[in-house]
Amino acid sequence: MTAPDEPQVHDHAHEHGHDHAPHPPARPDTDDTLTYYKAMEVAVRELLIEKGIITPDDVRRAIEAMDARSPAQGARVVARAWTDPAYKARLLADPNAAIKELGIEPGVYKLVVLENTPQVHNLVVCTLCSCYPRGVLGLPPDWYKSRAYRSRAVHEPRAVLREFGTEIADNVAVHVHDSTADMRYLVLPERPAGTEGMSEAALAELVTRDSMIGVARVRAPG
Amino acid sequence: MSATEIAPRFRPGDSVRVRFADPPGHIRTPWYIRGHTGVIERLCGIYGNPEELAYNRPGTPRQPLYRVRFRQSQVWPDYRGTATDTVDIEIYQHWLEPGETR
Repeated sequence: MTAPDEPQVHDHAHEHGHDHAPHPPARPDTDDTLTYYKAMEVAVRELLIEKGIITPDDVRRAIEAMDARSPAQGARVVARAWTDPAYKARLLADPNAAIKELGIEPGVYKLVVLENTPQVHNLVVCTLCSCYPRGVLGLPPDWYKSRAYRSRAVHEPRAVLREFGTEIADNVAVHVHDSTADMRYLVLPERPAGTEGMSEAALAELVTRDSMIGVARVRAPG
Repeated sequence: MSATEIAPRFRPGDSVRVRFADPPGHIRTPWYIRGHTGVIERLCGIYGNPEELAYNRPGTPRQPLYRVRFRQSQVWPDYRGTATDTVDIEIYQHWLEPGETR
C-alpha cells in the first residue's frame, strides 16, 4: 500500500505496448480493514446466500434502495407543509400517512414531526446509538453518530447549536428529543421570511438535512 | 387485552418516575434519565419489548411505550439553558412508576 504523499510507484511493468501519463497514486479503500464485526457480517451473509435464504441481488437491491433515500424527500414534505395548511395539519396528526401521500414509504417506524415555532426550537439526537428517520432523510451524517454529538446534544444543546451556527435566544425553549426506541423524528423547520412568493418546488430546494435534524435554520436565498 | 400485551397505566400529563435500575442486557432506557421524574407527553403505542427482542425472543408481553418529558434543569445539575428547556425520551412502561401526586 502506498502512503498518500509518497511518490507514485507503478505496480506493473511497462510492457503493454503504449505510453501513458503516470497513474495517480492508488488510494486505499477507507474500509479495507477486516474488523471482527466485518468478518462476522461477511460470514453470515455468505452463509445466508449459500443456504439459498437470500441472493447477492437481494443484498445489492437493499443497498441501492437505502442509498436512493435522501434529505430531498424530507424537504418535499416540509415544503408541502409550508404551502398547504391542511397538509401540515395531517402531517402533524399522522406523519406516516402524510408522507405516504407524497409517495414516500414510511417503513416500520412511526414518524413524529416536531414543529419549530417562534417559541420552540426542536433538536433530535439518539443518545443510545444512531436512530434516524432514514425513510425521509436517507443515511445519517457521521457527526450524528459520534459520541460527542450524542452525549452533548442532551446535556448542553444550546452550546452544540451555537457550534453549528445556530444561536437560540433565551426566550425560545429548546426541546431535545432522544430517539431511543420505536419512534423516528423529523423537525419541521420555520419557513424563513422573504420566501412568500416562492413555489413549493423552489422552497424544497432551501430545506437542508441539518434543518430537519434541528441543528440549523432554513435560510431565505440571497 | 391479551395476556401477551400489557395495558397502559399512564395518561398524558401523569407524573412518572423512571426506575433506578441497572439490569444487564439490551436496555433502551438511557442511563442519564434513570431515577428522574417527568411527565407523560403521549402514549406512542404498544410494542414488543426490545430487551427480549434483542435476544431473538418474542418480545412479549408487549409493553406500552410513552414519550416522557423532563425539565433539563432538573436532569442536569449544571444545565446551562433556560427553565423552559426540555428533553423528551421514549420509555417503556415497565421502566416507569407513578411520580409524585399533586
